[in-house]
Amino acid sequence: MKVGLFIPCYVDQFYPKVGIATLQLLEKLGCQVSYPPKQTCCGQPMANSGYEHLTHDCNRLFMNNFSEYDYIVSPSGSCVLHIKEHLHAPENETQNEGKATHIRKRIYELTEFLTDILKVENLEARFPFRVGLHQSCHGQRGLHLSQMSELVATPFSKPEQLLNMVKDVELVKLSRKDECCGFGGTFCVAEEAVSSRMGIDRIDDHVKNGTQVLTGGDMSCLMHLEGVIRRRKLPIKVMHIAEILTATE
Amino acid sequence: MTINHATAAEKFNKDFDRTTWHDETLWWVRQKRDRAAFSIPEWEKLRDTASQIKHNVLSNLDTYLVEFEKNAQKNGITVHWAADAHEHNEIILSILKKQGVTQIVKSKSMLTEECHLNPYLAENGVEVVDTDLGERIVQLADEPPSHIVLPCIHWKKEEIGVLFHKHLGTPEGCADPTLLTHAARENLREKFLTRRVAITGVNFAVAETGEFVVCTNEGNADMGAHLADVHIACMGIEKIIPQRAHLGVFLRLLARSATGQPITTYSSHFAKPRAGQEMHLVLVDNGRTTQLGREEFRNSLKCIRCGACMNTCPVYRRSGGHSYHNAVAGPIGSILAPNLDMTKNADLPFASTLCGSCSNVCPVKINIHEQLYEWRQVLTKSGHSPTAKTLGMKAMAAVLSNPSVYRLSGKMGRLALANVPFVVNNSLNPWYKQREMPEPPKESFGEWYKKNRG
Ligand code: SF4
Repeated sequence: MKVGLFIPCYVDQFYPKVGIATLQLLEKLGCQVSYPPKQTCCGQPMANSGYEHLTHDCNRLFMNNFSEYDYIVSPSGSCVLHIKEHLHAPENETQNEGKATHIRKRIYELTEFLTDILKVENLEARFPFRVGLHQSCHGQRGLHLSQMSELVATPFSKPEQLLNMVKDVELVKLSRKDECCGFGGTFCVAEEAVSSRMGIDRIDDHVKNGTQVLTGGDMSCLMHLEGVIRRRKLPIKVMHIAEILTATE
Repeated sequence: MTINHATAAEKFNKDFDRTTWHDETLWWVRQKRDRAAFSIPEWEKLRDTASQIKHNVLSNLDTYLVEFEKNAQKNGITVHWAADAHEHNEIILSILKKQGVTQIVKSKSMLTEECHLNPYLAENGVEVVDTDLGERIVQLADEPPSHIVLPCIHWKKEEIGVLFHKHLGTPEGCADPTLLTHAARENLREKFLTRRVAITGVNFAVAETGEFVVCTNEGNADMGAHLADVHIACMGIEKIIPQRAHLGVFLRLLARSATGQPITTYSSHFAKPRAGQEMHLVLVDNGRTTQLGREEFRNSLKCIRCGACMNTCPVYRRSGGHSYHNAVAGPIGSILAPNLDMTKNADLPFASTLCGSCSNVCPVKINIHEQLYEWRQVLTKSGHSPTAKTLGMKAMAAVLSNPSVYRLSGKMGRLALANVPFVVNNSLNPWYKQREMPEPPKESFGEWYKKNRG
């Protein structure tokens, strides 16, 4: 199984350890993983700002980088959702739409790839801390990684399923289990006041319920929340879920 | 000039505790909605059904409207058609003039808010008394409603006490909701008894019977309509449902989604004028046919104005209804408003994180967050985006579509990804106001990979 590793731009630049943990986890589970060196970004920052029409070059690049793989895996639900919903060949290159379709169908967020494709049932990991899971909206409501609190439906959670395989993890119960953190791409600067307030409120929920380590599948939300935590000098550590799933503490 | 959403929201957030209170009050309503929804095992099926009924309505709106008009006329209702807000207001004024009336009562109608009926009538010498308690409060305070179901949700009871003391003479310092409600009722009673014309909104208009249904919790629509010689009901053309039986779907969804009640206290059917009474019904387009013609936004017309999308919206809860500068606030307002005026409302589709909670609570399954995304594209393409933003986005696109430029910008100290708007670490960057920047690592993942796996 040939897996192409997609490491989004801000993870590449700011959180290389998340990329490393993702790579090591997939390798440990027997995947043949490579990282196409010419990758950059999924194009979402432009598209969500109303500039989807400027993403053609990004899309072309993405297709060139990833169309040869059986699966494309990424430690970011938001970027995966963007590709799934919006990756198409530029209008005058419709002969490449097949490549785009292949990628849209074969791209997976890390946790769903582990539960649904690799069907992981146990992990050799130990992490003796109280862990608070942040459900990122694009992963949850977009990719359905977990059941959404608004729907009258049976609960499930792919990230929780995996965290429960890690020895000694204690999952924290939150007052609002799937409220948005307020990151929202360019929203975080365009609507700074509301964005920050939402981040503060999310963190407050974790503080009140005793989170020691805050985790999630989307580094963008975590970057925003970590920004709030560090500014307020709170004793909460932030780690991507891939880091916990590979932990041996 | 209207203040844009971000600026108004920043002002709202200056009062930290009040923002907490506003958020928690609405979250409590969202939780009530959850409990009500979860008490119905077939809830999701109900939403599906409602959405499909509305789908049918929108696909055959012309036929249903004509059918409704024919049946309503048969019942003795006078039907008027208004192309826009202005025509709607003129029609109402002409009815009042014919009656020689200068004082009227009005129960809740978001449509008349949308058409700015009250100021129009005031300019023409007509005094309107809003009879919904929440609307009465904002009317006394000379403000627009901040929420379509809970118009004065941004007011604390102590503040209402002060307002009532000033306007209705309640004892100073009285903030007891029962006493305040009683005082408002007493004051309204006199209006109900003396006003000869009453305006109401419409929740549902049934094509097969020509009747319309008005839902309230206070019975104020009924008080107004039953005591008046002339009843004028105003509705947007999308309020049609084909059959009376469909109320069994919509009434179950409406109150549960809105306030968590099983049903509104009064769901009143108005089929024909009583002997000696005149009944008018104004059917209003005001941009609805334009929206019907915009395929990606058409479904926004399914809205039954329950307000659930506002109560669940994390941005609405922390910015307040007035920050949306539109009669309908929140997520639904943000996809309806640009249809009415793109220039004035270009900011609204961006007042969202696209979290998607609104689409999940919506009883008629409007894909609200997807439409917010689509409006962003439409607004940008039609030139409603600031030039600086366009330049920034073009620069970002140039960096991100060229791997070597991207790597080089990354090398120049991590922070040189300056075109990704959230990574500029200086005090002018809004990011930095309340958050720290990530600490730049010594190498990127790409560099690490080249060394360790390359
Ligand atoms: S869009 Fe849906 S949730 Fe929002 S007010 Fe309308 S019906 Fe209710």
